[in-house]
Amino acid sequence: MIEIGLGHYLTLGAVIFSIGIIGIFLNRKNIIVILMSIELILLAVNINLVSFSIYLGDLSGQVFTLFILTVAAAEAAIGLAIIVVYFRNSGTIRVEEIDKLKG
Amino acid sequence: MIAHAIFFYTFSVIAVVSAIMVTASKNTVHSVFFLILDFISISCLFIMIGAEFLGMIMLIVYVGAVAVLFLFVVMMLNVAQQKNQWFIAKNSSGHIPVGLLISTIIFFELIIVIGGWKYKPDLFETSNLITNEMSNTHSLGQVLYTDYIHIFQISGMILLIAMIGAIVLTFRQREGVKKQSYLKQISRERSEGVEVLEVASNKGVKIDD
Repeated sequence: MIEIGLGHYLTLGAVIFSIGIIGIFLNRKNIIVILMSIELILLAVNINLVSFSIYLGDLSGQVFTLFILTVAAAEAAIGLAIIVVYFRNSGTIRVEEIDKLKG
Repeated sequence: MIAHAIFFYTFSVIAVVSAIMVTASKNTVHSVFFLILDFISISCLFIMIGAEFLGMIMLIVYVGAVAVLFLFVVMMLNVAQQKNQWFIAKNSSGHIPVGLLISTIIFFELIIVIGGWKYKPDLFETSNLITNEMSNTHSLGQVLYTDYIHIFQISGMILLIAMIGAIVLTFRQREGVKKQSYLKQISRERSEGVEVLEVASNKGVKIDD
């Protein structure tokens, strides 16, 4: 318990990843919270990459964390733009009422 | 080592609790605030573990840009007023056990993966070894600008395309806004602007418009 190793960090990443998955599946509120859950999932992946990189002594993990950060920022920008356009067209972003694709 | 444990447990408990609150909070603005708290505690963990450059970048990019973007959109769309229950949907409550089942399975899969790694630790041959005589930022820069330079430039292109895409998606031509038209102004001539009239005495002039 006292000796913090790689397993602790990976468990933390796993817990946050699962919370993100739960947030995607159980969300009934609005689609912005789903985007935030995706950010949580990417954060968990970043935790895994950084802790592996530190404990294995390999810098590649941190480099790829940087790229994941880039992709996450791009994804948030595009997703929020799509949400704004959808809200402007249909007046709602509640998950239950977004059924234009008949899902 | 004690300090490491204390910091790790503090930050990770805060991170997990705020991650739960992101999904469970009724107010979307509160969710964004908890997301910020989550990012900050995770970046504290990164700095503590020795990846200080990534921790700082995470503070700048996530807290400074992404979370503020979320807040901006949430407040612009005015979704905080939409008071809704969290889990309970009127006609589609069958999603809940399925979602719980799938997320539990994913969690146990991750636990199994970590356990398998723990029993076979020498699975990977590592390159790009971290040395102690340089700082984290210095060594990361040396790897990033030499070995990964093409991927680095491609990620810059991804950001550019995302920016163009966001602008194109949200751009709209407003109606009812008067704009200056240079072509109309330049092509105006004397014959259509000035009219010479014979004005009879004691009578005014009627102007068309």
